[in-house]
Amino acid sequence: MNRQFALLSLLIGLVANTSENVSATDSEVITAQQIRTDIVKKVAPAVVAIFSPDGNGGGSGVLISPDGYALSNFHVTSACGDFMKCGLNDGVLYDAVIVGIDPTGDVALLKLLGRDDFPHATLGDSDKLNVGDWTYAMGNPFLLATDFEPTVTFGMVSGVHRYQYPAGTFLEYTDCIQVDTSINPGNSGGPLFNAAGELIGINGRIAVEKRGRVNVGAGYSISINQIKHFMDQLRGGHIVDHATLGATVRSGTDRTVKVDSILETSDAYRRGLREDDEIVSFAGRPIGSVNQIKNILGIYPKGWSVPLVYRRNGRKQEIFVELPALHTKSEMAMPAGPKMPRPPAPRGRNPKSPEEKTPAEMGLPKEELPDEYKKLFEKKAGYANYYFNKLEQQRVLAGLTPYTSWQGQNGKWILKGQTVDGDKVVIKLLPQALSAQFSKRAPGLQTLDGSDFLDEPPGSGGMLAALQQLKLLFSEGTAAFNDVTYQGSQPLDGRGDTVDVLVTKKSILECRWYFRATDGAFVGFDSLLGSNVDACKIRILKFDDFQGRRFPSRVSVHYGDVEYGTFDFRSIETATSSETR
Amino acid sequence: MNSFSIRSLVPMMLFSVAVILPNTARAQSTSETIANVSPKVVKIFGAGGSKNLYAYGSGFLVSSNGHIVTVWSHILDSDTVSIVLHDGRRFEGKVLAAEPPLDMAVLKIEAEGLPFFDLTQAAGAGPGTRVLGFSNAFKVATGDEPVSVIHGVIAAKTSLAARRGAFESPYNGPVYVVDAVTNNAGAAGGVLTTWDGRLLGMIGKELRNTQTNTWLNYVMPIGELRETIEQIISGRFNSKKPDDDEDERGKSTRKRPLRYEATDFGIVTIPNVVARTPAYIDRVLPGSLADTAGLQPNDLILFVGESLVQSCRTLKEELGRLESGDQLKIVVRRDDKLFTVGITVPKKAVE
Repeated sequence: MNRQFALLSLLIGLVANTSENVSATDSEVITAQQIRTDIVKKVAPAVVAIFSPDGNGGGSGVLISPDGYALSNFHVTSACGDFMKCGLNDGVLYDAVIVGIDPTGDVALLKLLGRDDFPHATLGDSDKLNVGDWTYAMGNPFLLATDFEPTVTFGMVSGVHRYQYPAGTFLEYTDCIQVDTSINPGNSGGPLFNAAGELIGINGRIAVEKRGRVNVGAGYSISINQIKHFMDQLRGGHIVDHATLGATVRSGTDRTVKVDSILETSDAYRRGLREDDEIVSFAGRPIGSVNQIKNILGIYPKGWSVPLVYRRNGRKQEIFVELPALHTKSEMAMPAGPKMPRPPAPRGRNPKSPEEKTPAEMGLPKEELPDEYKKLFEKKAGYANYYFNKLEQQRVLAGLTPYTSWQGQNGKWILKGQTVDGDKVVIKLLPQALSAQFSKRAPGLQTLDGSDFLDEPPGSGGMLAALQQLKLLFSEGTAAFNDVTYQGSQPLDGRGDTVDVLVTKKSILECRWYFRATDGAFVGFDSLLGSNVDACKIRILKFDDFQGRRFPSRVSVHYGDVEYGTFDFRSIETATSSETR
Repeated sequence: MNSFSIRSLVPMMLFSVAVILPNTARAQSTSETIANVSPKVVKIFGAGGSKNLYAYGSGFLVSSNGHIVTVWSHILDSDTVSIVLHDGRRFEGKVLAAEPPLDMAVLKIEAEGLPFFDLTQAAGAGPGTRVLGFSNAFKVATGDEPVSVIHGVIAAKTSLAARRGAFESPYNGPVYVVDAVTNNAGAAGGVLTTWDGRLLGMIGKELRNTQTNTWLNYVMPIGELRETIEQIISGRFNSKKPDDDEDERGKSTRKRPLRYEATDFGIVTIPNVVARTPAYIDRVLPGSLADTAGLQPNDLILFVGESLVQSCRTLKEELGRLESGDQLKIVVRRDDKLFTVGITVPKKAVE
């Protein structure tokens, strides 16, 4: 206390010394200071101090929605367990549950419980950051704040689009923000704000060398734009995975990057990329080094399609490549286990790091979790918390409400119409078999006796199988499938509207159903006959009423890079299964 | 003398923060400054790579045709040094000359039309000046990525000379001490500039005070380096040995402090072959101060003054701190007995 007082009086003394100066010179200074304190006041309520229930771990986080969703680091929450305690600067300790995790990107999404009016941060655009911009880091370094009032540090952006090597293949910081803003142990998971107080990153890492585990002028923040790509997957309770290209690349002498080898099973190969092709741009960014590709890949979830421009024999070609997963399923299961290896122990002289304080020392109350909260966590392989996946499934499935009148119509379906190129078509979806007859195109037949689904009609990628899945979804709902999951969101086909993705499995058939994020409208689906093959992509261009029932009246069908046809349906005849018999 | 340490800088830093407050919010086009300075700073890759001997560093261009100034370090011990420019272009760098007393070397790459710092436009600054540090600390930047930028304030302009002996810095001249962590792994050879991008100096190596276990962030003012850089570029340069206080015209330059060695007292220790070679006296030069004081071969030196001597190395460090006229007390073990001798530190001949 005395020391604090002494320090305070020293500071006052210093200010007094210069007060003449201040009043005489810059009102700008006073204004700038006022802006800073106002911003700190505005955003500090959204900053979270995270503790494990037993007090054996801790870090920081930041609220991003009024209903309590908050971001942190995976390496913080993995030490805390499925439920944790979160303190805000109102002095209240809230319960929180883990929602989704990204072990590769070191991100975790949790949900604070007990309020629907949490203060929360506004997400900014981290790609607009420039070196030299001012930033605020907030959090609980060294777990100093016993009243959960966050510590604020202020500094400069030292570098953007930085790459920090992973530990193995996890905890990789790609395309991250480097700051000289002081970030220290305990800041992990806390927010980095830009000068306007918008959330632009999650602080997670510092350069540590021979001086002990404290800041030495280089801190790293995961860019919020990367996290945005993964956000809906995290909300869906997933253990999310990052992406790879399916090809290896090498640097040429003149800052060119060429494909070194490529997997023939990869989408990049199917889209036409070959060995020795020069990669000109990737995801819209020009490429001059192998590191740049690595840096860009790291910000995308598996399964996303991104544009790639390559040059062969002097000619440029743009393709959209669907990115395969970085890890296998078993690799992903590993970090989700009971505990990740903790970050290296402090090498400084402190005999005890702040994280090692006991609950009693932290003054945390020991209390049991209320029963109403226990149901908010559901274990399932491949998920951080399956409860939240079910929640998102329900949200997305509301997009099927306009089609509820098809429920029970699981007998025969007969669709009649024609393609825009004038080919008449009759499609029959019967309980025993599926068929398509055209006036010009080759007919298709698919039996439903348990034999494999085939590319029928030929060249469509399995349009009959796809329409059969649509019939199942409309007439029987998700109960018709073996497995259903909410997959997150992505730009449709790498360039369209952002869509929520629902994935269903029925025997070997996988379908991805797309619902526009802005209004929940059902806009199309992909059906896959197996792995490492192109999908039959059906996009809904128009809806109409068919005897009072809403149904897609115009759809396009693509297989690989080829359009199979655009169909206008004129009539649909359906029946329940009993009527069919 | 030795009490002037980093500790005494702390109040100075506090004070300087207060002094510069009126400047902190002045509108500056920081990003313009950074965009202007960054391309003049290069990434250097060379020898090293083992623990605590990193193989990367920083440097800065001082001519449009590829003269690069950096610190004199083990990185330059390799046959080829790789220089990577801000735009990702990679060149082979050749060491033109090195000046160990200034801890500086000048390299050359074969290129033209490069952005560079005009040394005649370099600035000087006092405590309280807001500064920017540019370097490839921790090798964060690769390829065409710009080097890292950090901000700080000059906390003091002082001299490293007071720290001779206890510190392993060959450079003993005036330095800027900065309140930001400018001196990190790989940062040496980077630049410190004013807020509007004028060159102030070259970031030095990492420097730790072994007594307080604190690290000093220091920058060598460009004024100390400019003449030598210009001599090297123009081909008029003759390297001076450390402790040489005269330039080629016989004019006395700034005095660099001299360090006492065991032989100054007539003591020859056994060869320093292992990490902690005990400081046994191998020979005592006849007629020397040590001889007069009664030291003998096979004596083990235990204390110099109040300091415990654990090895030949610490003996060297302790002797290096002495100044002429000091009363030197040495405790040795001979057989199983301790002997204490007193010696008055002599003037060095060259001083």
